[in-house]
Amino acid sequence: MTSRRVLITGLSTYWGGRLAQALEADPRFEAIIGVDKTPPKVELQRTEFVRVVDQHSLIRRIVEAAEIDTVVDTRLVVDSIVTAPRLAHENNVIGTMNILAACAGSDSPVRKVVFKSSAHFYGAQQDDPAYFTEDMDRPHPARIPLERDVVEAEAAVRDFAERQPAATVTVLRYANGLGPALRTSHTTLFDRGLVPVLLGFDPRYQFVHEDDIAGCLEHAVRNDLDGVYNCAADGVLVLSEVLDLLGKRAVPILPPLGTGLAAGALRRAGLHIPPEMLNQLRFGRALDNRKLKATGYRYRFTTRETVVKLREHQRVAPLLRRSGESYRYEEEVEEFLRYSPSVRPLERDAGRRLVNVPAGQGGAAPAPGSPVTAYADLRDEEVVALLASLDGDDLRDLRDHERSNAGRKGVLEAIDRILDGQA
Amino acid sequence: MDEGPPSHKSLVQREPEDDAPATRDLRDLLPGIEPERQVNDWGRSERVEGFMDRVLYDFYYHLWFRCEVEGIENVPADGGALLVSNHSGALPPDGPMIGKAIKEEHDRPRPLYMTVEHFFKGYPGFSMLLPKIGCVPAHPANVQRLLADERQLVLVFPEGRKGSEKLYRDRYRLQRFGRAGFVAAAMRAGVPIVPVALMGAEEAAPIFGHISLLKRLTGLIYFPITPTFPHGGPLAMLGYLPAKFKIRFLPPVRTDDLGEEPWQDRSLVQTVAQDIRASIQEELVDMVAARKSVWLG
Repeated sequence: MTSRRVLITGLSTYWGGRLAQALEADPRFEAIIGVDKTPPKVELQRTEFVRVVDQHSLIRRIVEAAEIDTVVDTRLVVDSIVTAPRLAHENNVIGTMNILAACAGSDSPVRKVVFKSSAHFYGAQQDDPAYFTEDMDRPHPARIPLERDVVEAEAAVRDFAERQPAATVTVLRYANGLGPALRTSHTTLFDRGLVPVLLGFDPRYQFVHEDDIAGCLEHAVRNDLDGVYNCAADGVLVLSEVLDLLGKRAVPILPPLGTGLAAGALRRAGLHIPPEMLNQLRFGRALDNRKLKATGYRYRFTTRETVVKLREHQRVAPLLRRSGESYRYEEEVEEFLRYSPSVRPLERDAGRRLVNVPAGQGGAAPAPGSPVTAYADLRDEEVVALLASLDGDDLRDLRDHERSNAGRKGVLEAIDRILDGQA
Repeated sequence: MDEGPPSHKSLVQREPEDDAPATRDLRDLLPGIEPERQVNDWGRSERVEGFMDRVLYDFYYHLWFRCEVEGIENVPADGGALLVSNHSGALPPDGPMIGKAIKEEHDRPRPLYMTVEHFFKGYPGFSMLLPKIGCVPAHPANVQRLLADERQLVLVFPEGRKGSEKLYRDRYRLQRFGRAGFVAAAMRAGVPIVPVALMGAEEAAPIFGHISLLKRLTGLIYFPITPTFPHGGPLAMLGYLPAKFKIRFLPPVRTDDLGEEPWQDRSLVQTVAQDIRASIQEELVDMVAARKSVWLG
């Protein structure tokens, strides 16, 4: 199935915004609609933003009215530093169920659901395998609130997939994300000169670069991937290697026993190490990423390169710090830019605006045999200047096209003149 | 975002030749090796291993234990293979010595991965050191990936801690072989099993008793009394007696000619495991019978 009309839930998350930007550039996506509680944080050209708290009746109306065929759910909170556990639960479990309910039903236009999940589904335990594959379950039931949320949310998605056998349901389980624009509990840890680690442990770590996070989502939208896929960069580093690459020094101040208490003390000192991260600092975690690679996705960065990129960013971050220049969503401006008849299509938008013209008014597709894509936008003398480069058959095709569409007299006469001359 | 305007081009790099990607062998998709790194994806560190090799293994292998190796040609030169050995000694020296024997004597030396209990992954210190010298938690999926996908040599001790904690009076008596998971793993991967009989480690680190109170206090899997430990301190665990080591690699047992999905057949798996255990036990009895002196061989 080809996706044409996409709904992104969680547009204001980093991943939602990046995905929308990537899809906008492709005219094959007719409509891109994003919903979220807060306005988008990145500049978007033609993505339409609707402010909705995940209420299923409202989303249902949007889905039906816009005939959405693909829903990409990027809302999942995968880091405890983002929200309080109770709010995270609300968003992760109840929110997911609402959105799936909005897509369910035999009369629903939705044919594909892409769900952004997390490797917290597997947790990090002592008797874990060195690489989790998609068919593995966690060895022990989840106890940490965030991990429990992820497991419950995925159970809801699985349930949805069983009830809607015709729909393609993709679950992407991401390793810990890392990148200049991402703010996670790991980046806050790695931003320090002295990084607190667990005494006597050197866990294995695998990351995925922020570009690959959005890349995997886009890959899942463009292709039909049914089932669960791990998304993690190639290569697994040990923590000491990561800190070496970042030029940081490890301070083993977290004791192996009573780690929770020590983490509580650190929190009072201003460093929040959430429980799911404590487990990773002890046991580490790595995913087998080959199933997604087998579908043709190429990761742009290995884990090592991801860490090196972060280091490069850390070096220049103090120079780039700007105040108040970041993008802010202004509703009136965005609406004016999208819907006012006075707005001229930007040069870089030319290809894109053509698609937005409703079908039947011409110009939606390049003219057959015409050497230019935006043929209908050309003026008469511009077309005539290009005619010399065409041969007889193409000219005849172009004449037919011109007759059935714009029917400009000057152009038709010019074509006839050249054809007469050739004959 | 503070890195200038984001690029709006497609994030997906497409490859035109990927016509039938689903059928592609996952083995080809293993991550490549990054030459800049000194640690591999299993956490094995060239630097730490090299250090251990220079400082400890060389000394123990050549001078202290004066290892004598037979049948090294039974270790395949390429492809995965599962080595199965008897296990003994409080802090068992047998694993590293078998690894060193392959490194020293084989025509095509290869790294050897040793499986250890999950316990060590959760114990501070061990958790940091063991992966660096080539130890891997004994999870069936780990063994499967190493044998079938990465085509490496893996060494298992099916006796597990029952072997290494047994008392001196039980020396050279092979303990129960667990649930024979290692045979099933080799069958799944279709790789040969190479039984290994190792003589000498029992006398190098004899255990006279266990202190259960200290075991509980330290949270270790056992707390032994050896000639040097615990009165000599933790490092005295390395104070082995200079027994003469003899390592014999036995002819490989094929597992790829046992029919379709032989690992499903529990009785076949158990039979193969029993045969391997018997062959190692017999070999050990022969070796001990032929030995003139514990210290001189």
